[in-house]
Amino acid sequence: MQPARGSLPGVLESVLVANRGEIARRIIATLRRLGIRSVAVYSEADAGLPYVREADEAVLIGPAPPARSYLDAGAILAAARRTGARAVHPGYGFLAENASFASQVAAAGLIWVGPPPAAIEAAGDKIAARNLMAAAGVPVAAGSSSPVADEAAAEAEAARIGYPVMIKAAAGGGGIGMSVARDPAALRAGFGTARSRAERFFASPAILLERYIERARHVEVQILGDRDGRVLAVGDRDCSAQRRHQKVAEEAPAPGLDPGLRAALAAAATRAGEAVGYRGAGTVECLVDVEAGDFVFLEMNTRLQVEHPVTELVTGLDLVEQQLRVAAGRDLDPAVHGLAALAQVGFTPHGHAIELRVYAEDPLRFLPSPGLITAWSEPSGPGVRVDAGYEAGNEVTPFYDPLLAKLCAWGQDRAAALDRARAAVDAFVITGPKTNLPFLAELLDDDGFRRGSYDTSVIGRLRS
Amino acid sequence: MTEIRAEMVANVWKVVAAEGDELADGDTLVILESMKMEIPVLAEGSGKLTRLAVAEGDVIQEGDLIAVIG
Repeated sequence: MQPARGSLPGVLESVLVANRGEIARRIIATLRRLGIRSVAVYSEADAGLPYVREADEAVLIGPAPPARSYLDAGAILAAARRTGARAVHPGYGFLAENASFASQVAAAGLIWVGPPPAAIEAAGDKIAARNLMAAAGVPVAAGSSSPVADEAAAEAEAARIGYPVMIKAAAGGGGIGMSVARDPAALRAGFGTARSRAERFFASPAILLERYIERARHVEVQILGDRDGRVLAVGDRDCSAQRRHQKVAEEAPAPGLDPGLRAALAAAATRAGEAVGYRGAGTVECLVDVEAGDFVFLEMNTRLQVEHPVTELVTGLDLVEQQLRVAAGRDLDPAVHGLAALAQVGFTPHGHAIELRVYAEDPLRFLPSPGLITAWSEPSGPGVRVDAGYEAGNEVTPFYDPLLAKLCAWGQDRAAALDRARAAVDAFVITGPKTNLPFLAELLDDDGFRRGSYDTSVIGRLRS
Repeated sequence: MTEIRAEMVANVWKVVAAEGDELADGDTLVILESMKMEIPVLAEGSGKLTRLAVAEGDVIQEGDLIAVIG
């Protein structure tokens, strides 16, 4: 039976998911629900992961190292050709924010499930993005308007901005290669490291400095750019619980923001999306100074976020479906407009959701813990959602990030969501690699965290 | 003589020291990378690096020999 002409399966027909683990599995689940054929790609290290067998078709694209598999554009495009895929969904990380890859996908006559390459480029260079946002009237932190050339330039720049400063890779993401310097000595020590990390992970040595707010909340806004270029903000998330500048827990909506501030964040995120000509699902990250009641733009991510499930849980939207709709030239879910109207006046949708990232690392010092998973038992029940990349019998290898699963809980209010999450953490059994589940329990038991009164220093405080 | 062994599965990202180097306690021998985190492997005690058993790009297992000091 042919799918209806103009329907999503009619337009997209089959989608290759250029990713792995939990996000590949999650995207494949939506594709299945929509009746769209799914094609998975996998490296030799991932052959046994659940997403590989859950796709309609799976293609081995190379050995474990990402450069020879998930980052190998040629291998991925060859897999698309071989399987007759019509579209490519890049997930997050890997090639998701690679404008060149997005262009290659289009040049191969395939549909790219993501924003235009120009938007990826505009947001991907953190320095250019800051300048663009400032010009669009979005507040930005004091910081570099051009790459910092060397240590001497860094010291001069830091003196101008004022300590403490955050040293960042201009082409970076995922918290990699960031460090805080509180004085010139720390700046000198951090600059060289940041530069080599930038080169290693992002193929660009460009560094920027930004004023660091010691007690800030990391609040981000989910935007959707429709096929006509209209950008809508559909809610915010708080992602302040971080270790090594990588997120550990996220929640929606961001707790304790007054409606005026919430509305201002939504408006700024909308302007940011418009400034880069955004299409599809994206996120505008900001740092909120709750005491001062103001915020600055941090960065824009031109892809689906890891923590997107908490927004899905409080809005009822399937964000992957929205991405597919835009890619297919169709309208967004009508519910999006109501959510955007709420966001415009700083109101929040019903309920509260939290996500906890279950990492393969020891819960005390957060050091990576690869190994064979010998047992895996997920929590379940009302309001509990688990997005898992692995199962018993899988090997967690050192080649990829340590994310094993995202444990999410929804409740009528924040307390109910936290209670559900806490019970779910206890019920999650993973043996083999060490996991941070015991730490997640500590975090959920922390008085400040329970009250919703925490900032980016919360995990550091628990581990000081 | 001290054997420095890997504490976990990891990739050898950078080899910092060379055979024949005179090392002080805490000097970096190699930097491993596992799951996007860099893990420096340090000399335990001082002495000459008499053997370096890994090269950049190797994938090593828990317990694998990395270096011999003295």
